[in-house]
Amino acid sequence: MTTLRELPEFLDAAFLRGLTQRRITRRGALAGAGAISLGAFLAACGIGGNQPSAATHQNWVWDKAKKTGTLDFGSWPLYIDTAVDSAGNTTYPSLVEFTKETGIKVNYSEPIQDIAEFFAKIAPQLQAGTPIGYDIIVITNSIQLTNLMLKHWLVELDPSKLPNFYKNGSKRVQNRSFDPGNRFTIPWQSGFTGIAYNTKKISREITSYNDLFDPAFKGKVGMFTFTQDTGNLTLLGMGIKPDNSKPSDWQKAADKLKQQRDSGILRKFYDQSYIKALSAGDTVISMAWSGDVYQANLSAGNEDLKFILPKEGGLIWTDNMCIPVGAAHPVDAITYMNYVYDPKVAAELAEAINYITPVPGAKAVVEQDAAAATDADTKQSLTDTANSSAVFPTDADLAKTYYYRTLNPAEATQWNDIFNAVILS
Amino acid sequence: MAVGTATVRRPALTTRWGRALAPYLLIFPGVAWLLIFFLFPLLTLAVTSLMSGDFVAGFQFTWNFNNYTYGLGLYATQYSHSLEYGASATLIAFLLAYPAAYWIAFHAGPRKSAYLLIILLPFFVSFVLRTLSWETLMGDDGPILGPLKSAHLIPSDFRVLATPIAVTFGLAYTFFPYMLLPIYASLEKIDRRLIEAAEDLFANRVEVFRRVIFPLSIPGVFAGVLLTGIPATADFVNQTLLGGAGTTMIGRVIEQQFEVSANYPLASALAFVFMLGLLAMLLLYQRLFGTDELVRAR
Repeated sequence: MTTLRELPEFLDAAFLRGLTQRRITRRGALAGAGAISLGAFLAACGIGGNQPSAATHQNWVWDKAKKTGTLDFGSWPLYIDTAVDSAGNTTYPSLVEFTKETGIKVNYSEPIQDIAEFFAKIAPQLQAGTPIGYDIIVITNSIQLTNLMLKHWLVELDPSKLPNFYKNGSKRVQNRSFDPGNRFTIPWQSGFTGIAYNTKKISREITSYNDLFDPAFKGKVGMFTFTQDTGNLTLLGMGIKPDNSKPSDWQKAADKLKQQRDSGILRKFYDQSYIKALSAGDTVISMAWSGDVYQANLSAGNEDLKFILPKEGGLIWTDNMCIPVGAAHPVDAITYMNYVYDPKVAAELAEAINYITPVPGAKAVVEQDAAAATDADTKQSLTDTANSSAVFPTDADLAKTYYYRTLNPAEATQWNDIFNAVILS
Repeated sequence: MAVGTATVRRPALTTRWGRALAPYLLIFPGVAWLLIFFLFPLLTLAVTSLMSGDFVAGFQFTWNFNNYTYGLGLYATQYSHSLEYGASATLIAFLLAYPAAYWIAFHAGPRKSAYLLIILLPFFVSFVLRTLSWETLMGDDGPILGPLKSAHLIPSDFRVLATPIAVTFGLAYTFFPYMLLPIYASLEKIDRRLIEAAEDLFANRVEVFRRVIFPLSIPGVFAGVLLTGIPATADFVNQTLLGGAGTTMIGRVIEQQFEVSANYPLASALAFVFMLGLLAMLLLYQRLFGTDELVRAR
């Protein structure tokens, strides 16, 4: 753990404190000294609590920070290309090439398995103004990401250092409602939230959100326990665009879910285990994430599960790269963030992880790779990737997907209370 | 004792002061531990439960009792789920553990330890893993229900998972050793001559059990019920993995409010109510079945 004393100049301790800690005013200090009653002591207690200064810290970091040759990158499991070297160690080819090209050594780790859990771990450190030890973290658009931005716990990005992103990034990812102007984040990969069903057990074609309410599937329907996914998809199913929705709409959506639950059509609100339930036949139709369905079919060696975006609209979510305040190597971090927007690198990643790439130009590269491939299996799998709507979605697909409703902290509490009343029942 | 001691230079702790201080020094580590890791968090919990605010603006102490009324209004059913599943699981664990403990204590002969080990062996595996394997085993088309369904012995829409029954049996299974071990310990140490004496006095086997063995094993049952009942009521993992819609227990609500919603005041209020409720029931339980029986049984 880096101590404040060892911090580089651009992370001056006063700067970190000013941004992340509650200032003790003279009046507050006097009150503290004079506090003898329990009430006064209690009143002085508080958790967190600062209105971050509006001052931009963009220049502070970008004017002074220099390339160091090191990058600490914290991501999710199974979310990068891997290979095994002759000694049997796992390597990351795209990172090795990055090091070759830029001289920046990458310490890659996978500490993030769950946004809420990871946020709970880093929040106290950020609140105390201590570096969390990562220069890039990958955070899904969520209440937690909004909190990170509102708390000014993320370094504002310097657009002049991200030419590839502005040149090669798709229009869809350059315009995300939760981070207008890409001030704090740029996408790593994206995915859809829609519906998956077992084509062996459901013979008709599923097209609509309302198919999740079909009594024919009684006790075999799965929904997500995540209030953001379930709430927003239900709003879309009712014809309401999430970002235009009001609390009264949220209540209506919750009532609809309650009816699905009370009639016994719903089996369970699932976490990530939904895909296991769907594969095992415990559910036959379920809310789902696009990438999982692809992976499940791959590992089962069949095409039984099918993923669709409901005609009323589906959700798109994005895992975003961002630089936490206190990162020791911000220049190396932004260099890498720009690097992955090179179509060649994006293609390399897309071929390995099969989520929606933010770089449409990667498709041509994957097609070239497929044409150049010598063995039939590789050729087939690369061709599949190039044609996969889960990696390179069509414009029609993208046009009917929406981001989650952006929620400020007060709205987030209200949203969670409304949906948890049904989901956590 | 004091004779002749004036000439001997004694170590500090055997002086009068040392003698007086010794017990306090001895309990100091325990008390400090309790203060730091129990009382302080408890106080923090109580203070937090009366705060208002949100994560970004920060939470301030405002005597906000609304957290309690609001939380209880919103999650009353989840409290009752906890009590219901916790109590049923404890009862099931008792009904399963008592005969097993009895048999091992009285009829297993020299292989007692071996049998105990066999019973405890599965519990060397993480309980999350064990619960996950239940999920696979009891799946709708899994290795147990699948064949029964294809043989038309049970209706095709029959299920075990995502029901209160799955949660209850999962809990009973998870905390089974905590019921078995104390009961076994108290049965094991019963003086066999008491049983012989009862038989000499013409008690039949039922009466020996009812009037001698069972009363003497009550301290174990008492401890077993506590050790099983408390964690089973507070558990949320079994419910998350084995339960379905409408089976949520309060532990899961608290966990979600802390971790996902970051609504610390509401989560603290819910936790505090839960703790006080459990404490009240414990006191009642102890009054009804506790100390008296413990003393008498010895």
